[in-house]
Amino acid sequence: MASRFSLSRLGAMIRKEFIQMRRDRLTFAMMLGIPVMQLVLFGYAINSDPKHLPTAIFVQDHSVFSRSIVKGMENSDYFDIVARAETVEEANELISTGKVQFVLQIPPDFSRELQRGAQPKLLLDADATDPAATGNAVAGIRILAEQVLNRDFEGPLATLKPQPDPLNLIVHRRYNAEGRTELNIVPGLIGVILTMTMIIFTALAMTRETERGTMENLLTMPVRPFEVMMGKILPYIIVGYIQAAVVLAAAYWLFEVPVTGSLGLLAFVLFFFVAANLAVGFTFSTLARNQLQAVQMTIFFFLPSILLSGFMFPFRGMPIWAQWIGEVLPLTHFLRIVRGILLKGNGMAEIAPDLLALLAFLTAVSIVSLNRYRQTLD
Amino acid sequence: MSQTHRAEPAEDAPLVIDVHGLTKSFGATTVVDGIDMQVREGEIYGFLGPNGSGKTTTIRMLCGLLTPDAGEGTCLGHDIISESNLIKLKVGYMTQRFSLYEDLSIRENLAFVASIYGLKKPRQAVRETLEKLGLETRANQLAGALSGGWKQRLALAAAIMHEPKLLLLDEPTAGVDPKARREFWDEIHQLADNGLTVLVSTHYMDEAERCHKICYLAYGKLLARGTVNEVIRQSGLVTWLVSGNSQRRINRLARDLAGRSGVAMVAPFGATLHVSGANDNALQNAISPFRSDADLAWRKVESTLEDVFIHMMQSASDNFG
Repeated sequence: MASRFSLSRLGAMIRKEFIQMRRDRLTFAMMLGIPVMQLVLFGYAINSDPKHLPTAIFVQDHSVFSRSIVKGMENSDYFDIVARAETVEEANELISTGKVQFVLQIPPDFSRELQRGAQPKLLLDADATDPAATGNAVAGIRILAEQVLNRDFEGPLATLKPQPDPLNLIVHRRYNAEGRTELNIVPGLIGVILTMTMIIFTALAMTRETERGTMENLLTMPVRPFEVMMGKILPYIIVGYIQAAVVLAAAYWLFEVPVTGSLGLLAFVLFFFVAANLAVGFTFSTLARNQLQAVQMTIFFFLPSILLSGFMFPFRGMPIWAQWIGEVLPLTHFLRIVRGILLKGNGMAEIAPDLLALLAFLTAVSIVSLNRYRQTLD
Repeated sequence: MSQTHRAEPAEDAPLVIDVHGLTKSFGATTVVDGIDMQVREGEIYGFLGPNGSGKTTTIRMLCGLLTPDAGEGTCLGHDIISESNLIKLKVGYMTQRFSLYEDLSIRENLAFVASIYGLKKPRQAVRETLEKLGLETRANQLAGALSGGWKQRLALAAAIMHEPKLLLLDEPTAGVDPKARREFWDEIHQLADNGLTVLVSTHYMDEAERCHKICYLAYGKLLARGTVNEVIRQSGLVTWLVSGNSQRRINRLARDLAGRSGVAMVAPFGATLHVSGANDNALQNAISPFRSDADLAWRKVESTLEDVFIHMMQSASDNFG
C-alpha cells in the first residue's frame, strides 16, 4: 500500500512547497524580479543593429562631392559625425582611443579624379573589434555614397552615373521586415528566463531539504520518490507559466512583438519545456551536496544554454560540434518553437520536430533523476 | 537509583527488533561492525555509546534510511532490507537534529505529516495533537521560532501522530533543560506502558537508568547489553570511593594513582574520587599504600553506570582505536 502513488501525499507535498515558496521572500522576489530585470536588460539593451555610431571625417578635398557625401552621412541613421580630423595622426588617435567608431577619409584629389572618371578612393576606417557593431553601417555607406553622388552627376557628368544592375535582386526580410533585434531577443527571453529560474528553483528546493536536515525526516516517511519529484516540480510549472505570461505581455505591449500563431499551442509547448528544465534542476539537486553546489551546476548548464542555443549568436554560425551540443539543449528547440509561433505563425506541423526533441530530453532527464533520487541516505 | 524503573515488559513478549550482524562502512571506516540486537515489545531500550560510535547509523539502518552492507533481520516483522517501505509506515523516527520544516507553522507541519502518513482524519489528528501539546494558541507560529524544548516536544508529537508500533529516538534530549527532559521521559514511559516499543540513544546516565534495557556501543561494536544492573555486574568493575579532608589531597591522590597497574580509572566526582579496576585483588594492591593515609577515607562502593561506561570506552579505545 505504501508503494502505490497517492494523490493525497502528492497534494501534501505541493501544499508544503507553496507555503515555503510564499514564506521565502527572496525567492519569491526573484520569481518576478528576474523576468522583469532580464526583459529590461536584454529587451532594451541588446541591439545587433546599432545606429548613431560616432564618426570622424578627415576631408582633404573641399568640393561639392565631398560635401554631399558628408551631408549624406549626417542624414543617415548610422553615422553621427562628432569630429573633424585635420591630420592622419589625429584621425588615427580618434579611432584608437575609441572616441569614434569610423573615420571617413576623402583624399585631396577626390573630386578631380572623380570627374576624370578615374574611380578615386574613399577610405572608411572602421573599428572592427566588434564586427557586429560595424557590419550594417559598412554595408550602408556603399549605397549611401552612390546615391548622394548620383544627384551631383548632372549635365556633362551624367556619364559618371552608375550603370543600372544587369539584374534586379529583391530581398524580402520576412517575419521581421525592419530587422528589429528585439523581435528576435524578446520571445527568446521567455526561454532564457525559464531555463535560469526553473533549474535553480528546483535544484535549491531539494538541496535545501538536505541542507536543513528535513530530508532525513522526509525519507523516513512513506512518501514515494515520484511523489517527492512531482511535489517539487508541479508548483514551479505554475510559476513558470506566470513568468512566461509576464514576459509575453511585455513582449506584446512594450516591444510590440507580433503574436502571429496560436497562444494555446505555445502554452502547450511551455509545459514540456518548463518540465524539462525542472527535471534538470531535480537531477542537479540529487548530485549537489549543498545549495552552493546546486547554484554552480545551474550556471554550468545555463551558460551553454544561452550561448549555444541560438539566443545570442546565430545558430548556423556555430561549428558543427557546437551545433550538436546546442541540439541537445532544451532551450535551442524552445527558441525555434517560440520564434516560430510568435513571428512566423507556425502550427503543430512546423514545430513537431522540435517538440519531439523536447519530449525526448524530458524523458531522458526524468529517468536519470528518478534513478538518482535516493530513498536512503547512503 | 532504580526507583524510576516501571513495569518491565514480560520476557516472552514478541521481538520487535531482531537483527544480526548489521554492518555498515562509509569508505574505509567501518562505522557499525556486526551488531546483534533484540528488542521486545513494550521495552524502552537505551542505546549508549560515545560520539561516533555508530548509534545513529544503526538507527538509520533499522528504519530503512541506510542499507546495511552485511547482516539481516526484521523490524516489526518486516525484513529491514527488502521491506523498508512497510517498516516506514509503522515506525516513528525522531532525528537528532530538528527535521520538521522551520518555515512552516506548527499546524502546517503536523498537517503535512498527517497527510503524508495518510491518516483517516488528518484535521482531527492535528487538532488532538495540538491539544495534547497545549500548543493550540501558538499553532500558527513558525516551528523555527520555538525553543529547543518545544521543538523536541513537537518533533515527538509529529513522530507518534500516526500511532507507530516502534519509536526510534536519536538523542532526543540533547540541549534540552532538565525539567523538559523529565517530562519527556515521563511521556516515553507512558507510551511504553501502552505497548509502544522505544529505542532511544542518549549520552545521559540518568536517562540510561530509566530504560528497561540498555546496550553500549563503541567503535561500531556492541560491548555490553542487558538491564542496568546486569551491565554493571557483567563489567566486573570494582570501585572505591575516596573522600579527603582537602581538595588538594584528593587531586594529588588522583595524580598518584593514575596509570598504576591494577587501576583502570580514576575519576573525580566533586570532592570525592572514584577509583576503579577490573580486578579486585590488583586494585587492592594498587591502593594499599594510600589506604593508611589518615587524611583519606576509603569505602568500597557499587560501580555506577558511568564508571562502567567510561571504563568501557577507555578499554575499547585501547582495543580498536
